[in-house]
Amino acid sequence: MTIDLKTVKHISKLARISIDDEKAKKLANDLNSIFEFIEKLNKLNTEKVEPLTSIAETTLKLRIDEVKSKNIREQILKNSPDKNKDFFVVPKVVE
Amino acid sequence: MNDITSQNLNELIKNIKDKKVSSEEVTKSFIKRAEKSKTLNCYITEDFDSAINKAKKFDNKPNFNLKLPGIPIAVKDLFCTKDVKTTAGSKILNNFIPTYESTVTQNLWDEGAILLGKLNCDEFAMGSSNETSFFGNVQNPIDLNLVPGGSSGGSSAALASNLTPVTIGTDTGGSIRQPASFTGTVGLKPTYGSCSRYGIVAFASSLDQAGPMAKNVKDCALLQEVISSYDSKDSTSIDFKRNNYSKLLKNDIKGKKIGIPREYRVEGMPKEIEDLWIKGKELVKECGAEVIDISLPHTNFALPAYYIVAPAEASSNLARYDGVKYGFRSQGENLIDMYEKTRSEGFGNEVKRRIMIGTYVLSSGYYDAYYLKAQKVRKLIKNDFDEAYKTVDAIITPSTPSSAFKIGEKTNDPVSMYLNDIFTVPVNLAGLPGISIPAGLDNKGYPLGLQIIGKAFDEQNLLNIAYALEEKINFQNNIKEWWIK
Repeated sequence: MTIDLKTVKHISKLARISIDDEKAKKLANDLNSIFEFIEKLNKLNTEKVEPLTSIAETTLKLRIDEVKSKNIREQILKNSPDKNKDFFVVPKVVE
Repeated sequence: MNDITSQNLNELIKNIKDKKVSSEEVTKSFIKRAEKSKTLNCYITEDFDSAINKAKKFDNKPNFNLKLPGIPIAVKDLFCTKDVKTTAGSKILNNFIPTYESTVTQNLWDEGAILLGKLNCDEFAMGSSNETSFFGNVQNPIDLNLVPGGSSGGSSAALASNLTPVTIGTDTGGSIRQPASFTGTVGLKPTYGSCSRYGIVAFASSLDQAGPMAKNVKDCALLQEVISSYDSKDSTSIDFKRNNYSKLLKNDIKGKKIGIPREYRVEGMPKEIEDLWIKGKELVKECGAEVIDISLPHTNFALPAYYIVAPAEASSNLARYDGVKYGFRSQGENLIDMYEKTRSEGFGNEVKRRIMIGTYVLSSGYYDAYYLKAQKVRKLIKNDFDEAYKTVDAIITPSTPSSAFKIGEKTNDPVSMYLNDIFTVPVNLAGLPGISIPAGLDNKGYPLGLQIIGKAFDEQNLLNIAYALEEKINFQNNIKEWWIK
């Protein structure tokens, strides 16, 4: 399998990372050599193997659903790149 | 008394308790040395003024019952520290000041330790040489222009150059053990679920573990007993009985069964490393333990499986960096444009590469072929270890397939860089504890490490074996202080 430029562009769209053509070409090369390495796995027959879904074989603990953090609005907004008093601000999405 | 900064953790604790030295003197000594060691580029953020204040406070009202009384410690910049900038080595978090503290670092401060600052690392812990950091390369104190390993490269370099008595790193595929091996220090990756992941910048959540790095096994054991705790804030934290590892540490490993996996004899491995492994085997026997040849038949498939699982989880974890709530933001014409520019400018090349791999293997039509396949292989790898542990108590392998390499040597070939982690990755996939201890020098005088892999939750036995071997090996690091200004 080879990853072509079109596929790289498609993945970059899905990943929300803009990429120019020159970088996309370089990335296609890198990804192809990495996937050539990854595809070693195809030599292995795993038809009857159950996938590992959790490394720790314990059941998740339940906890009481209660509010523990109070009045942390300022803390939450503190690192916001652009804000007014109570909101995160983003470029206009509705015309 | 030795020069303060060259003392190990247990020596420092004793001298502080015996009032031979104050926390302030110790803290100032490490700061003074850091100021002469800028060439190494270990620190991303220094917190020196605050450290001195905390040390003075400790000295005014000392509590010698604490496990780390007034001990200054620098930590990897992947742990969120309240009110102290936390970058994960990335431009995208270059302005991020956490409003909360990671559980692991909180455990340190609760036992009396004092934050010196935040140490350099590969961007989002993705790398094996510290060369992917937005904040530049770290120099290995062993030799000029040598990588300190990665991703905990600032941590290993700071420890080996006596800028911090101990440190903590994180290990997703070898990021504690490989840099420990490259710098002649001890690094432990604990069992998955042993140390809380709360407040650690996430890379691959099913593999990430925090762990101690130290100058010797005893210091490492003490630090592990401090940082390991059950934490309800991490849903994968495991509630098991944690030992006072340092108190119970013993060098008697008579009758223990140690496995030597034949699949770790890889093509092109330098003879020096093969020899070191054989020496390790002999020393195990001298300690009265039994050496048993074992097989871990799926070892070869661990690294390819890792390079599906880890990027897949990373692509999901790193989706949060979108320029909206915190971190770097680039201006865009509209919301989508803002996302795409922010992520394109905010992430470095290796991180983008891994996000792309992860996005691809999780994308529609490819999930079964890649991600599901990798999870099945992961199961086989775990089964290999389960089978081996029916006959042995622990496993010994080399830590890395080579000693430290030069800066720039492997940056153009991602696969050759990934091969660094060939011996460490299976341990993360199986969720087991592993420790790297320094075991010798190669012909260039660069350190080489041996890795001991234990059973899940069996850190005590693992540390005991490491302790017994450390005594036999009697490793001496050869560090000339070429960088001191």
